[in-house]
Amino acid sequence: MNLKRFNWEPYLLLLPSALYLVFFLAWPMFQAFGLAFQADDGHLTLDYMQRMFSDVMFSAALINTVKLIIAIVPLQFILALVMALLMMERLRGSDILVYIYSIPLAISDLAAGIIWFSIFTQRGYLNSLLYGLGVLDKPFLFLNYQSNWPFAAIVLAEVWRATSIVFVILVAGLQSIPRDYAEAAEVFGANWFTRVWRVTLPLLRPSIQTALILRTILAVQMFAVVVAIAGRGMTVLANEAYRWYSEYRNPHLAATYAMFILVISLGTAFIYLRALRVKEEMVL
Amino acid sequence: MAEIHVESVRKTFGKVKAVWDVDLTVHDREFVVLLGPSGCGKTTLLRCIAGLEQVDQGRVFIGQRDVTDLPPRRRQIAMVFQNYAVFPHLTVFENVAFGLRMQHRPKDEIKKRVQSAAELLHIENLLDRYPSQLSGGQRQRVAVARAIAVDSLVLLMDEPLSNLDALLRLEMRAELKRLLREIEATTLYVTHDQVEALSLGDRIAVMRDGQILQYDTPLNVYDKPADLFIGGFIGNPPMNFLDGEVRTEDGRLIVRTGGGEIYPPPEASAVLSRLKEPSVLVGIRAENIETLSAPAEDALQATVLVVEPLGSHNLITMQLGPEQIKVNTDADFQAQPGQTIWLRLNTDKIRWIDKASGRALDYDVSPQS
Amino acid sequence: MKRKTSYSRLVVRGLVYLVAVLIALWILIPIYLITIAAFSPKDVIYSWPKSLFPQTISLETLKFFVSAQYVLPSLRNSVVVALLTLVISLVIGAPAGYALARYIFRGKDIFRIMILSTRAFPIVILSIPLAVTFMKWGLYDNLISVAILHVAMALPTTILVTSSVFVGVSKELEEAATVFGCSRVQAFTRVALPLALPGLAASAIFTFVLSWNEVFAATILTLQNRTLPARLFIQLAASPLPFRFAGGFFILIPAITFMFFIRRYLFSLWGITLK
Repeated sequence: MNLKRFNWEPYLLLLPSALYLVFFLAWPMFQAFGLAFQADDGHLTLDYMQRMFSDVMFSAALINTVKLIIAIVPLQFILALVMALLMMERLRGSDILVYIYSIPLAISDLAAGIIWFSIFTQRGYLNSLLYGLGVLDKPFLFLNYQSNWPFAAIVLAEVWRATSIVFVILVAGLQSIPRDYAEAAEVFGANWFTRVWRVTLPLLRPSIQTALILRTILAVQMFAVVVAIAGRGMTVLANEAYRWYSEYRNPHLAATYAMFILVISLGTAFIYLRALRVKEEMVL
Repeated sequence: MAEIHVESVRKTFGKVKAVWDVDLTVHDREFVVLLGPSGCGKTTLLRCIAGLEQVDQGRVFIGQRDVTDLPPRRRQIAMVFQNYAVFPHLTVFENVAFGLRMQHRPKDEIKKRVQSAAELLHIENLLDRYPSQLSGGQRQRVAVARAIAVDSLVLLMDEPLSNLDALLRLEMRAELKRLLREIEATTLYVTHDQVEALSLGDRIAVMRDGQILQYDTPLNVYDKPADLFIGGFIGNPPMNFLDGEVRTEDGRLIVRTGGGEIYPPPEASAVLSRLKEPSVLVGIRAENIETLSAPAEDALQATVLVVEPLGSHNLITMQLGPEQIKVNTDADFQAQPGQTIWLRLNTDKIRWIDKASGRALDYDVSPQS
Repeated sequence: MKRKTSYSRLVVRGLVYLVAVLIALWILIPIYLITIAAFSPKDVIYSWPKSLFPQTISLETLKFFVSAQYVLPSLRNSVVVALLTLVISLVIGAPAGYALARYIFRGKDIFRIMILSTRAFPIVILSIPLAVTFMKWGLYDNLISVAILHVAMALPTTILVTSSVFVGVSKELEEAATVFGCSRVQAFTRVALPLALPGLAASAIFTFVLSWNEVFAATILTLQNRTLPARLFIQLAASPLPFRFAGGFFILIPAITFMFFIRRYLFSLWGITLK
């Protein structure tokens, strides 16, 4: 046996992953940076950035993305919280319920977009239902680009699809909170609402923070849902990145949009980390 | 079966000296217990002998062979783990047979050995079951059966009874002792439970902070603890330690303690008279104190504080001068809190401790290895 | 307690059940709708108003979809990419997960934090520079390139999940195996692996589903050899309703089916206990 105390085993096991991530994660990141700020001949330039900011579609894409996030994320959190609290209520058949509530995790954003398109489209199910209820006598054009309906449909589709992600994180967080705390509160006179507001939620902060960061980052990349429902009528940041690459054949602008998305993602993660400042002790 | 010999072994984890300069020899067919509080290094020492930890310094010998650089599977050992480590995905039979299968023994031999090991542990009717279908006690038996089924040189046990409930622990203790005596296994057994150590071991090695403080028979460890710590750790209740002052009066060496005087036996006097400082600790066990209803020359006056009737005897806590002392009495001994009782210490059973070092003023030297 | 309290308790309980069921319906109904859409004949799809309880079940639309140009190959491509992603990420990631679970070594915490932080990256946006690079290397429009990117997406999660799977297998078991005759490798294959298998399989299937569903990168990285979501996406605006509905259904159903089978393991992976 060698006298070297150094154990190379763990490093050997980690090596493939580390290498892979360096090659196919870290390096492309740098490349994206390069594409965004470096022209083909090699000199550094802010041209692409300026081009992006002055582009006609940029502000629309940014505003749409932000509006969607503001509409979707809070709604999702409330719904996910309700679902998670329901799970803790020891209902009969709650294992089936948990499965149903997490089904959307398996659903592609494209499929979700198509599904809700089928609901909101002129000859779709929503119109059929409204007709059946006697509210309409002819189909209503929901997906009218001039109206706010496509926006609402996208919000609904995303809330429908992605709430499960938040739900799963919150349930795991809830289950790791020892029952003792809530029970102690109950003994000392707190009703259900007080218990949730003053005991459960504060203890849930780490999970909420994780879920918020994850969900917002995913939301900034929203892509297929928007296209499936609104077609060319509404654009978001990811969509612009895609178009600049595929249709206009300009990888530089596409990369610039991508970097912008990255900045927003990291920025919001940072804001969440500060705003929800989770103290060490709370992580039990 | 064979001898275990450990020489100058050291093992550190970062800054923690888990095992430091330990020498130990377990004779062939001997049952030795490593006893100590948690963190004392007993489990680490066992794992070093097993090969689950690499020693930083020193050598390990099993059966005269230097196994220090060998992995566990080459040391010809068997081990019972604290949480049993019974493989959940294998049947009981396959679990017990595991070591034998790895040795590529012929099928019928495996069957025979598994059967006999199972019978010794009374689990022969569970061989087709899976561990998840067994109780904790049954799983523990599977772990032991697996260990004795193999042809090992030594048997290592890491607190095998600590996860059982009290009643089961008692039963298994007796069964284990009988079983291991029957198969004449060289056993090294780790525990923090001093009752277990006293009842099971041929010899006990008491450990603390990575070192062996005393290595002797249970009786000697109990009656003649090597230091203050061992006296307090072994025995229930712990040994009483009273402050004492050595004096010479009328040419006679006495010790002032507990507000009175006691008269040490001649062998003790010889050692006590050679002390540089006249302070000493008088170590006496609760059962070696006689209770008197009237004062006597060598008796100390005490006041009853708490009487705990324990069924087989009474445990009485008394105030003796500025200190408290615990005394065992008969179950029918009557005493009330506040009552004055006189105590006569059995001076032959006193353990004299050097106050500065905490070590016993040994007038018998205990064998170290 | 007065009887009034127990009555109001019943009412509250009933409301709780009601809300739970309503939410469940909210999730299930759209899936139901796309299913009946996929199984409706073409003329029903074009008609209006649509019945919420279909009169005719027909495979017409599905057949139409499958026989459309490029569809069957794209289905095959999706399967290939997902399988590649599954295998590669498991082969590379599981050892790393094992290392994180079993060893203490310098740099462990840094590695762990780096893995966690990669989740904050909009990984999907990696596809643009990678597409440029792959073109230079002649790997463009190749299923391998899509798999490579999917693996990069899935690897951090795979590492963390397999790590927690191995943590769940007690180290004592492997140690016991080494005492009773196994080398470290044998202890792993005979004891740790069989016990970790359900968790690893669940993680693998989840990776499969993620790869199957992925749209953005697949669309950017392929031209002729598109996966199903990419193919569907490209043709979305130009394709008729039956095509879209059938396509959505096809993406949906395998994913949901797989998730059904591994739901128990997924829940324990995420730390959820089912009562």
